[in-house]
Amino acid sequence: MIELQNVCRTFTVGDQQVAALRDINLRLDAGEYISIMGPSGSGKSTMLNMLGLLDRPSSGTYLLDGGNVSDLNDEQQARVRREKIGFVFQSFHLVPRLTAAQNVELPMILAGIPGEERKARVNVLMQNYGLSDRADHKPDQLSGGQRQRVAIARATVMNPTVLLADEPTGNLDRNTGWEVLKLLEGLLQQGITLVVVTHDGEIGARAQRQIHMLDGRVVSDESTQNDPK
Amino acid sequence: MKLADILQFASGSLRGSPTRTLLMMLAMSIGVAAVVVLTALGEGARRYVVDQFSSLGTNLVIVLPGRTETAGIGPGLMSGQTPRDITLEDAQALLRSRAIKRIAPLTIGSASLSRGALNREVVVLGSTSDLLEVRHMSIGIGKFLPAGDIHESASVCVLGNQMKQELFGNEQAVGQWVRLGDRRFRVIGVLASQGESMGMRTDELVIVPVASSHQLFNTTGLFRVLIEAKNRDFIEQTKHDAEEIMSQRHSGEKDVTVITQDAVLATFDRILTALTMAVGGIAAISLAVAGVLIMNVMLIAVAQRVKEIGLLKALGAPGKQIRYLFFAEAALLSGIGSVAGLLLGYTGSFVIGKVYPMLPVSPPWWAVLAATLTALGTGVLFSVWPARRAAKLDPVAALAGK
Repeated sequence: MIELQNVCRTFTVGDQQVAALRDINLRLDAGEYISIMGPSGSGKSTMLNMLGLLDRPSSGTYLLDGGNVSDLNDEQQARVRREKIGFVFQSFHLVPRLTAAQNVELPMILAGIPGEERKARVNVLMQNYGLSDRADHKPDQLSGGQRQRVAIARATVMNPTVLLADEPTGNLDRNTGWEVLKLLEGLLQQGITLVVVTHDGEIGARAQRQIHMLDGRVVSDESTQNDPK
Repeated sequence: MKLADILQFASGSLRGSPTRTLLMMLAMSIGVAAVVVLTALGEGARRYVVDQFSSLGTNLVIVLPGRTETAGIGPGLMSGQTPRDITLEDAQALLRSRAIKRIAPLTIGSASLSRGALNREVVVLGSTSDLLEVRHMSIGIGKFLPAGDIHESASVCVLGNQMKQELFGNEQAVGQWVRLGDRRFRVIGVLASQGESMGMRTDELVIVPVASSHQLFNTTGLFRVLIEAKNRDFIEQTKHDAEEIMSQRHSGEKDVTVITQDAVLATFDRILTALTMAVGGIAAISLAVAGVLIMNVMLIAVAQRVKEIGLLKALGAPGKQIRYLFFAEAALLSGIGSVAGLLLGYTGSFVIGKVYPMLPVSPPWWAVLAATLTALGTGVLFSVWPARRAAKLDPVAALAGK
């Protein structure tokens, strides 16, 4: 359902052209659990941004659910992000002045969903993620694990088809990290496609499909019979 | 994204940094208040002048002897001639014009007024019963000059309020006799206290029938003839008729000057309105300054909230929506700022009105409207650039805080 065809991405740094992605051909199917690994500078974050429509390919084509999304304008791409893609970031990216519940509500506000429906959906999610008693707390009153759970609730509130997680455990201690990872993996049962970018081999090894990147190229793409559940 | 949500989100981010928000609103409201107060003062001055003119009498046309040339000194003065007098008959002849409602001939002179041992030098006006109406004077006690034959030199007088106080104190004045020059006059009325009315203190006057004043000062001419036109539309015709009638009676010579109060009034009105607008315009510059301030602070806000903007984009907000969010912030800022400014301005005008009760201070509606619109306009206009800048941010770089 996601297909990258000959995707290149080059940045201009000073007067030099730096290739972050070189001729990527990749196909991700619905419901897959994919980890993207590689050292820093290997292009794995650029790949994630590309998949999340935050970045545009310098050349090549991005097909999402059969449609070419690399040619869409700003407003159409924003709509695709809103409806099909969820992001989880290493540093959580919660809006500090909003409460946990308001942060979860944010994507639905941007989508223009009516107030009562928003409240109902936020309540359900907060309960599912064990955050009900933290709903009115500001992010700085939450622990790291709680913050990331709020962020995951926010990423899933619009029922996206793809969840893109960039080092989701990077700012968490080991135990909390595992809990967050379990939460993400639980979403696979709902048929979500989960893409986790990490440089931690132990975490990457949990995915059925492991992609290794180096210098903007996919160097290995292996599927295992891991069962994370 | 719904409008209500946009406004709520924007007000949320304004509340997120209260000091910044308060300072910007303060700047905005001071600008609006300055426009309101300064135009209120200008408008007050204009109304004060207009009221002063109106208190002279409405629809007033004045005939005075002699021809005033634009050079200032008429040829008559240069050759040693005095202009021909305007007589009582001339004045009465004016009533032939259909445009004229009533006239009041006027002589002026000074004489000593005495009662027993009390003695004072006073200004004596000679006129008729119609003066009361024409000059919008009002009588305090007793009666004004009796109507009747203009040539009858009755020995009656009407005292100004202050004259009465000085000669009679708290005693009854009406019915008493006073001496004016070499004649005795019976007091028949006292004017109500009016204060100053365009250069003449009615409180210090003594008014006698015009024929009596002619005898008193041994003259036949009139100082002025005050004409009240039937209404405003007749003023031009009154002026024309008065010139016509006077020139007929003075064997074709145009030796009188006819001035309308309206022309003078209109000039003052124009000057003061222009002045008010100029002052208001200067105050509006402070609104533009407030606008630049808003732009500055919005740019800082964009820089401070780069990550948030990046996040909004990642969550699916198109650039347009981000632009609206910043517009909404600016509009809220300047909207609330101008409401506060209007309150401040009206309070200020009220206080000034209390301090200077003479001045009818009230902000003109056009200035209030213009100030509010300018405030909203500058607020939104000066946020165009910051909002565009926010909308154009690259989401990847913005999320990284770059």
